Amino acid sequence: MINLHWLYVLAGAMFAAFAVGSALDATNAKRWGNASFWGLVAASFWFGDLLGDLGNGLLVLALVGLAGGHLLGRGARSSTTEEEREQLSEQFANRLFLPALIIPFVAFVGTLLFNYSPLKDTGLIDPKSVTLVLLGVGVILALIICYAWLKPPPAAPVEEGRRLIDSIGWAVVLPQMLASLGAVFAAAGVGTTVGALAGAIIPSGSVFLAVVLYALGMVVFTMIMGNAFAAFPVMAAAIGVPILIKQDAGNPAVIGALGMLAGFCGTLMTPMAANFNIVPAALLELKSQYAVIKAQVPTAIALLIANILILYVAGFQL
Amino acid sequence: MINYWPLLGIALVVVGFALRFNPLLVVAVAAIVTGLLGGMGILNVLAALGHGFNENRYVSIIYLVLPVIGLLERYGLQQRARTMIVRMRGATTGRLLVGYLAFRQIMAALGLIAVGGHAQMVRPLVAPMAEAAAEKAHGKLDEETTDRVKAMAAATDNVGVFFGEDIFVAIASILLIQGSLASFGIELTPFQLSVWAIPSALCAFLIHGTRLLLLDRQLQRSSR
Repeated sequence: MINLHWLYVLAGAMFAAFAVGSALDATNAKRWGNASFWGLVAASFWFGDLLGDLGNGLLVLALVGLAGGHLLGRGARSSTTEEEREQLSEQFANRLFLPALIIPFVAFVGTLLFNYSPLKDTGLIDPKSVTLVLLGVGVILALIICYAWLKPPPAAPVEEGRRLIDSIGWAVVLPQMLASLGAVFAAAGVGTTVGALAGAIIPSGSVFLAVVLYALGMVVFTMIMGNAFAAFPVMAAAIGVPILIKQDAGNPAVIGALGMLAGFCGTLMTPMAANFNIVPAALLELKSQYAVIKAQVPTAIALLIANILILYVAGFQL
Repeated sequence: MINYWPLLGIALVVVGFALRFNPLLVVAVAAIVTGLLGGMGILNVLAALGHGFNENRYVSIIYLVLPVIGLLERYGLQQRARTMIVRMRGATTGRLLVGYLAFRQIMAALGLIAVGGHAQMVRPLVAPMAEAAAEKAHGKLDEETTDRVKAMAAATDNVGVFFGEDIFVAIASILLIQGSLASFGIELTPFQLSVWAIPSALCAFLIHGTRLLLLDRQLQRSSR
């Protein structure tokens, strides 16, 4: 059965190639820092399950040391110039979109085909990871087509990929780091403490205030943890179930769904949701790493108010 | 008696991010301090950190698309995306992004959250198109305005996926709500939950869509 581990082998190979490319890049003064960083990421993908928890912990410390010590740089190896690209884009025209669209297309059609055909029962692909596996298949297909059609130098995908990964830099592993911070927070009992605090300040008598506190609790805790998934069970246990559903007899489906969506408003406003907010800022080479969050805050606040109103009206008045 | 000391870890994260220390460093220090204050030994904290890192490797699978995207950029993909928008009549930054918002929400509502995303859609296509549409209407943009347009493209992707995906019944967050409430003896079907994501999805489209159309006006004003 094709599962996540096949993708980990592929991702490990890619990062190992980035590490080798970095080590050979004499235009980068900090090339050994980059080579070590991507080499460690490759090791994590390939050998993560063999290293044990403590071994992985040490690997994490090494990554943090390289990033915190400012040991990562960027090379100046030339890709094509702006003028060459203008010319090439005229030459290849709209067909250039095809390989880029193959990846989402394979994920789209592939997921549909897999889920609604007998393939699902053959056990070829792990049903939990269908989309990610098909993403990997799409990447390989797109690469094959690019090689056949554009005839790039053999190492070009590695070099161009390295150009992009170096522009993201250490932020590449930030989402994974934040997920493990969430795990430590949970193990140290932060969730239960926040839940107890939220439960303790709830006023009795006002359903509307309880609704507001529930939604705000979801937002704040989501902003702290970087994802609404960690916040939901805590806030459901502290306010959602005992107060809104049991005491005030609200509609449980509304309280569950809208609680999560209120949390998503928090996700739009926090650097802790790095893969949505910080990585794109790096990927788009924006000057401020908080530029995406700034663009989202007005939408998030207006949407939070809308969610609170929906929660109150649909949960208690209908 | 509840131990409030681990909350100090949250404060560390906030302060560390505010003072702009390297975020990886901030997160590592916060994790270690929180763990120690929560009564875990240092080796246990390290093990928890390593375990979490290893279990969440799937988050980083998306970087597999970078070699393809980088390669196509080498052959002028971003330039092509710009040309296409420049030749399209009536295309403005706001209208283009409203279109992408609708596309992203509908795809996500069908469970197709991989169609879209920052690495595979926003950087190579949506952001250059939004930028080109702005330049077409308002001339060369300064760096600050360019960054605002690109940031708005990324924001649109996020709003679209967050407020579309919960309409799909088999998405992780819906299953998590179902599971959490079931542990309190409240039995709901995923369908009962996902129906209630529709009003929020419409609000998200109206609110963010309005902001996108207002962006066109702001670009107009700042170009004068």
